[in-house]
Amino acid sequence: MSEDVTGIVVPIHLDYTYTPGVAASRFLRHIAEGNYVGQRCPKCKKVYVPPRGSCPTCGVPTDEEVELKQTGTITAFCIVNIPFAGQAVECPYVSATIQLDGADIGFYHLIQEIPYDQIHIGMRVEAVWKPREEWGTTTESIAHFKPTDA
Amino acid sequence: MRDVAVVAYSAWNGVEHERNEVEILMPVVRDVFDKVGLTKNDIGFTCSGTSDYLAGQPFSFVSALDAVGAWPPIVESHVEMDGAWALYEAWVRLQHGDLDTALVYAVGKSTMGDLLDVLALQLDPYVLTPLWPDPVSLAALQARAYLEKTGKTEDDLAAVAESRGRRVDRASGYIASPLRRHDCPPITDGAAAVVLAVGDRARELCERPAWICGIDHRIEQHQLGARDLTRSESAKVAADKAGASGVDVAELHAPFTHQELILRDAIGLNGATINPSGGALKANPLMVAGLERIGEAASRVLDGSAAKVLGHATSGPCLQQNLVCVMESR
Ligand SMILES: [Zn+2]
Repeated sequence: MSEDVTGIVVPIHLDYTYTPGVAASRFLRHIAEGNYVGQRCPKCKKVYVPPRGSCPTCGVPTDEEVELKQTGTITAFCIVNIPFAGQAVECPYVSATIQLDGADIGFYHLIQEIPYDQIHIGMRVEAVWKPREEWGTTTESIAHFKPTDA
Repeated sequence: MRDVAVVAYSAWNGVEHERNEVEILMPVVRDVFDKVGLTKNDIGFTCSGTSDYLAGQPFSFVSALDAVGAWPPIVESHVEMDGAWALYEAWVRLQHGDLDTALVYAVGKSTMGDLLDVLALQLDPYVLTPLWPDPVSLAALQARAYLEKTGKTEDDLAAVAESRGRRVDRASGYIASPLRRHDCPPITDGAAAVVLAVGDRARELCERPAWICGIDHRIEQHQLGARDLTRSESAKVAADKAGASGVDVAELHAPFTHQELILRDAIGLNGATINPSGGALKANPLMVAGLERIGEAASRVLDGSAAKVLGHATSGPCLQQNLVCVMESR
């Protein structure tokens, strides 16, 4: 008697040419120049960074660009101790939501140059850029954030 | 039943290398609202048709809502299908009786991934998808079966292409025999939006609402070998249930030339003008082209040039699933 087929392996792989969109492309080109540039909603005046070209609250285009300071506040963080496939940074490390001064929404980046048990919500941080020659159209142009000296 | 009408329609088709899906959709939604002087705050129910497989991004249908704005919280739903089925869900939702308006939209960037591979994933995952049959090859099997059964020829297919505005080149090679370039749809990005309204609200919003007098959708076997590909039983039943007789204009969602012939056989459109928009042979944005057929047909009522129209949408390989929406002036 032949054996029952209880499972098959079907490898699936799809390739995409990702388009970040007009707003995010502008943001990434600014990053390559060392600037953090968000967009302000004309209706509710919220500043989004990275911008996605629309205000998800109001449903209108966000055309006005706003250059942001490179200092901000930690609004949430996590000490990552568990390795996973495709991990780019060695464990343990700290991933945090940082709200830049002048922005109304946080974004993710790494916190370094401080013992991890001293990191807290509300901590003031500033961007630490990689050497200029390593800048590109990626938020990885910033190496990490560190506590401000002040 | 409550009377529901299409009161506004807007769409954009093209090939887009710069804008993302939200940026494509936003001006279309803005335009459809402007046509009837509404804002998102006037809309009772929002329903969309998009596919995460096209975007290559899970939950891309949630970020698509950025084009509408979802605060204060809106009543919203989504189908991983062509926007025509989102319109069907919105029509059902309006039958509940508590809401009077709906926004239906669809967006699809077919050009971001390899569309032929993406569409292979809609097939049966055990015996078909592992072979990665592309949709053009499957359509060609259907076309070959259709020609052999009916005695029609490649010239009959070319005649369809010609009347939809395609440049016919009979000397060009086959993409998949018997289909040549002019028998196949272009790969298109696009977005479309429709506003539905009920009864007096519809009459307030526009002069000549396109009243939905019948809407129905039917599906056939997933397994291609288990059905007769040369005819479309599901389109026929949907058309009968929706009351498709006596329409002036029909917009058929037929991505391939032979599929228009199969649909014409199934729906029986004596004397109707077919696909004045050019149909899916002119622009075929995945997830969008079916909703566009309903919107284009409705536009003929909205502009006063037709009294009774039909919009058709298809989904799945070889016309597997079909929706028919019949609309009229009153
Ligand atoms: Zn806003």
